[in-house]
Amino acid sequence: MKIAIASGKGGTGKTTLSTNLAAFFAEKEQVVLADLDVEEPNSGLFITGKLESIDVKYKMIPEWKEDICTLCGECQKNCNFHAVIQLGTQILVFPELCHSCYACSELCPTSSLPMVKQRMGELKHIKSGNVDFIESRLDIGQEQAVPLIGQTIHYIESKFPKKALKIFDSPPGTSCPVIEATKDADFVILVTEPTPFGLHDLKLAVDTMIELGKPYGVVINRYGIGNNDVIDYCKENNISILAKIPNSRKLAELYSKGKLVFNELPEFKEELQKIQSYILNLKIR
Amino acid sequence: MKEIVVISGKGGTGKTSITASIAILAGHDAVIADCDVDAADMHLLMKPIIKKTENFYSGVIANINEDKCTNCGICADICRFGAIPIINNQHTIMPLNCEGCGYCEKVCPVEAISMHEQNVGDWFISLSKVDNVLVHAKLGIGTENSGKLVAKVKNEAKSIAEKENKDYIIVDGSPGIGCPVVSSLSGANYAVLVTEPSLSGLHDLKRVYELVKKFNIKAGCIINKSDINLDMTNNILQFLKEESIKHIASLPYNENFTKAMTVGETIVEYDHSELRNLLVESWEKVKKEVE
Repeated sequence: MKIAIASGKGGTGKTTLSTNLAAFFAEKEQVVLADLDVEEPNSGLFITGKLESIDVKYKMIPEWKEDICTLCGECQKNCNFHAVIQLGTQILVFPELCHSCYACSELCPTSSLPMVKQRMGELKHIKSGNVDFIESRLDIGQEQAVPLIGQTIHYIESKFPKKALKIFDSPPGTSCPVIEATKDADFVILVTEPTPFGLHDLKLAVDTMIELGKPYGVVINRYGIGNNDVIDYCKENNISILAKIPNSRKLAELYSKGKLVFNELPEFKEELQKIQSYILNLKIR
Repeated sequence: MKEIVVISGKGGTGKTSITASIAILAGHDAVIADCDVDAADMHLLMKPIIKKTENFYSGVIANINEDKCTNCGICADICRFGAIPIINNQHTIMPLNCEGCGYCEKVCPVEAISMHEQNVGDWFISLSKVDNVLVHAKLGIGTENSGKLVAKVKNEAKSIAEKENKDYIIVDGSPGIGCPVVSSLSGANYAVLVTEPSLSGLHDLKRVYELVKKFNIKAGCIINKSDINLDMTNNILQFLKEESIKHIASLPYNENFTKAMTVGETIVEYDHSELRNLLVESWEKVKKEVE
């Protein structure tokens, strides 16, 4: 079973919830925790363990073979992303614009653009007690997160049984990286905070889940600040609120040190228990 | 005219609250661009009156004409994005998976596939509550944030600033290190990095600064919630020193950030003591930095 932890707004507590929930489940069972926020992965700051493996991850881009190219210009016509351009007697490839669709390569009449690997980042697998932690990290200068997220999910699918509990710490927002990270999830937890920014971005996240047809629920973090609008919105729209994590400066302090908090804050642990029993009661399991 | 971009790498550091405060302080001297188009929140504080709305089209998406389609499956075979599954015995495009590469259109033997422009969102030119121009946008759900809408918002802000002879463009940047933030940064004169003293705050600051360095943009840093972990604040100060990044200000952990937002105000409107003073000082320092 795959649970994705997402949010429209950044900094609402996705990583806090993902890491603590994984560690809490791990007291009783095996858990896979994956950090799919490949642009700014943070879960690893809270997990220490033994490094199982590091894999370099590649995306495929075309490479121009000057000697056999007849400069017919087909490649440039076939690329919708302007990643292949003919300039005089040169074919230029712009890797950061390439979506690895293979059109230029496979439609080239002289096979002058074979696809080759280009490094885009790195996947680490760390074992920490009952937690298998998978972190992918996009190289600085690489602009597309989606292929690396896809490959990370693929790694997890091939490595762990279908029924294993998997928690995906997802990227923020509502665009392609989030879709990639949540589209295969069985259930999505949307983390928000009870403020106007929190509510505005929660609505966007809810619309995204409706568009994807995903079952989802809401966890309100920093409960007690702001106002009641998030709760009213959830009630009006029949959205389940799984837990309300009280606002606490102590939590922020522990988080800042890279510490898991659930064993130090009983009120936080109680909320994790509520989320756990909600997940265990899901019909998908 | 100087372009100042506020970014943070990590979300939730107070970037938008700080940018909106600067926007209020800059007043008529500035045009504001909200480039966090994926979760644009600035308008909640700036209370804009929308003067102009435009659709934004970017990229294309495939469509299958079922009357022509023979279900030969060639398109599905070459699609690298798994976007053409068979649903009810018919090859069907999954819009959320389609990258718009057009490969399927080119290989279809019966010309059943065509590509259509995709409306990925709307962008707006507005007047904020202090009468400065705010350019902002709303990205459609699940659409590609390729940075093109970000670039549109920024270029529009730039041309308005040029036309009206403004001194500053203030940009609320996107999170992360991918295309949207690359778009936010390109062409900027100065980057204000907003961080918080946590392991993740410092981690993300370092990553996003790597990117800023690639663009050769001068930078300064505001440490928000600086008293939450003094050791970590010192680590950040050390990093700023090593990289010659100007330390603009350390702001205390202060509930007025949330309280101001809750009543739809910026911090400099809501708070009349320490926080406001620190932000006023910060803006003066930034202005000096870009001179």
